[in-house]
Amino acid sequence: MSIEVKQDKKGSIRLAIQDEMTIYTALQQKKLLFSHLISAKTLQIDLAGVSEIDSAGLQLLLFLKREAGHHNIKLSLIQHSQAVLDVMELLNLSKYFGDPIVISADRKSS
Amino acid sequence: MSEFDAALTTFAQESEELLISMEDALLSLESSPDDSETINSVFRAMHTIKGSSGLFGFNAIVAFTHEAESVLDKVRNGERAIDAELISVLLDSKDLTARLIEHCLTQKDAPLPPELEAASARLIKQLSGSKETGIQASEAETSKLESEGGGDISVDGSWLISLKFQSDALRNGMDPLSFIRYLQTLGEIKEIITLIPGMPDGDEMDPESCYLHFKIAFQSDASKQNIESVFEFASDDCDINILPPNSKVEEYLNLLDAQDESHVKRIGEMLVQVGALTQNDVNRALQKQNESRESDDQPGKPLGKILVEQHVVQEPVVEQALKKQEQTKQKLAAEANYIRVDATKLGQLINLVGELVISSAAMNLIVERHGLADAGDVAASMNTLVSSIRDTALELRMVQIGETFSRFRRVVRDVSNELGKTIELQISGGETELDKTVVEKINDPLMHLIRNSLDHGIESPEQRLAVGKPAEGIVQLNAYHESGHIVIQIADDGAGLNCEKIVAKAIANGLIKPDHGLSQQEIFDLIFAAGLSTKEAATNLSGRGVGMDVVKKNIEALRGTVGIDSEEGQGTTITINLPLTLAIIDGFMVGTEMDRYIIPLSMVDECIEMDPNECEIDEVQHYINLRGQVLPYLRLGDYFNSRKSDTVKRRESVVVVKSGQNKAGFVVDELHGEHQTVIKPMGKVFENLKGITGATVLGDGNVALILDVQGLIQAAIKNRTRPANFLKA
Repeated sequence: MSIEVKQDKKGSIRLAIQDEMTIYTALQQKKLLFSHLISAKTLQIDLAGVSEIDSAGLQLLLFLKREAGHHNIKLSLIQHSQAVLDVMELLNLSKYFGDPIVISADRKSS
Repeated sequence: MSEFDAALTTFAQESEELLISMEDALLSLESSPDDSETINSVFRAMHTIKGSSGLFGFNAIVAFTHEAESVLDKVRNGERAIDAELISVLLDSKDLTARLIEHCLTQKDAPLPPELEAASARLIKQLSGSKETGIQASEAETSKLESEGGGDISVDGSWLISLKFQSDALRNGMDPLSFIRYLQTLGEIKEIITLIPGMPDGDEMDPESCYLHFKIAFQSDASKQNIESVFEFASDDCDINILPPNSKVEEYLNLLDAQDESHVKRIGEMLVQVGALTQNDVNRALQKQNESRESDDQPGKPLGKILVEQHVVQEPVVEQALKKQEQTKQKLAAEANYIRVDATKLGQLINLVGELVISSAAMNLIVERHGLADAGDVAASMNTLVSSIRDTALELRMVQIGETFSRFRRVVRDVSNELGKTIELQISGGETELDKTVVEKINDPLMHLIRNSLDHGIESPEQRLAVGKPAEGIVQLNAYHESGHIVIQIADDGAGLNCEKIVAKAIANGLIKPDHGLSQQEIFDLIFAAGLSTKEAATNLSGRGVGMDVVKKNIEALRGTVGIDSEEGQGTTITINLPLTLAIIDGFMVGTEMDRYIIPLSMVDECIEMDPNECEIDEVQHYINLRGQVLPYLRLGDYFNSRKSDTVKRRESVVVVKSGQNKAGFVVDELHGEHQTVIKPMGKVFENLKGITGATVLGDGNVALILDVQGLIQAAIKNRTRPANFLKA
């Protein structure tokens, strides 16, 4: 299972994606993430395990963010992996997602 | 003083030309009101006339054209929309300008007659009175693109790149992100906005489809071509628009200004050359132009407008390019190597060439007679030169018939308005050339025929709809070359000719007897008889029964023929056949015992031997049976000479000639073959001579008569009895 449900109580769900987010995984991930999204009030997605992200993956995140807005669900992305951070920076999207980004020590040095 | 007069003549000619082109332009604006080139030419006409009138102190013209010019300037700048109403006012303005010019030229110092004054005042009011419309800035696109990604893009000094990936991009293996990463190697991404405008909600969203659009402000010194090449692989799956930074605009403007003016380039070509566009941009815009043209059947938008709308180039750059293009055109037009030549001088030249042809024929004859072998070569090469001089000299007087044709667009427009019909004039073959003198003389007959088509031919819209035709009638004007002749056709899709009506009218007028036994073709030809009109009520356009006979006479005076073909309910086609020139023709020389005659070669169908073994000959009724066809014949010797030398029967030949539908045989004693014939008009004394249209001088100094084939065929037909008798016999 590439997506791990870390916590699920009182409509507050925390998921961890343990896989790449690419065109190869997008279809499956979308199904799962979307079904969790609409059953939750708040949803946290842990991106620490995302080893690789491409346009399809990014598009999926943008989709979830928009859907969350439509359904009044609080969606936050946490623990961005380096791959995710790179893309967010490239496209200047961190403001759009509005999640605090923890800049880890090894990133600073890199 | 004479210089001043000469200048005035030039002014008159130029204004006339300008006004004609203005009218053309206005009429074409009716169908494509956005064509800036056409608007410009209308503007130029008024502008130039105003300028030259000022030089001569024609204040009335200046005052009026100034108003028209300023209105047109507004149209040109897009401050005023051009609509049918304005075009109609401008057409009136054109007419008034022509009248003003005529007045100023004929009665230089006389004050303006009150009616002109009033017309001028009225038109000025109409010109300035109409509403003004503003142009709408095309900002819809930009505002649509701001949204989800947030933040405005500051474009100063940056390239503005817009990427719209198509839904299959991901499935085709594209990764949009990688292009953006690669872009960074060329420069710095100042700002980037990610958009997902087309992404559906919820379950509809297909994560394998691509919904990503990007707007990128990009700082780089790379050329547009280089930046575009970043996205080269994506071009199939992505709409890419690259707008150069504003800072580049100036550079483009300078480059545009510096472009060479040796020939007019197309707008896209110019912009690609300065680097403001890439070839791909142009191709896409052209494609779009075509698509829009096909989809709404409208003339496409100007390319410049599409380019600006697609955000690949700034408006000022396009404007500058257009301006430059216009300048180049004007400069080239000014430089165009035209010389105004007095028509009489040209006539003189052609006369001389005619003499040259004759004397070279004479020289050939002498060379032949004396058997001078070495002189023969020289004579032959001179002969070639003379015939090419002949052709070139005649070409000098050749003009395209298109200008004459397009004058009728106005006639059709006005007349159809007056009659309450909608009629479209379709012109084809306008580039067909013929002698200027012929063009001038064909104008009136054509006008008459077209008015006939408009008035009698095309029915009213209600009648048309009732018989299942489209409400809009069509009149076609067509011209083409055919074996040394020019053929002009006037065709309409109207009611066609009604044989019964024509016959009834002709009987009433005493033109034919009730037991006429005429063929349909002969009945149609009655139209050309004097005093016949089938229109019940004469309008002020046509229908008084004078005209068609005059048309026929005028055309025949040009050695031409006119024929009519019609199908009731389907329309009428009138075909005019004219010689290309009036000066020199290729003739076929024949001889009788005493004289030589020239038959225009184009009218000669074939030559056969007058031999009872070859064909059946009826000496009493003067016909021969040519392969089952009844062919009336005429002995030229008898016809012209009343030859009495009834000695030995000589061998005779029949030259079969045709004119339009009619054929006849001319019986002659000798066939001399082809001959370049310089036509010398006959003097007044011989004006009424039947069967002869002119004369020519042969190389040996003798005179040969040029036959009026048309007239002789008629004579041959009259000479025999009706074909019905023949068939019984």
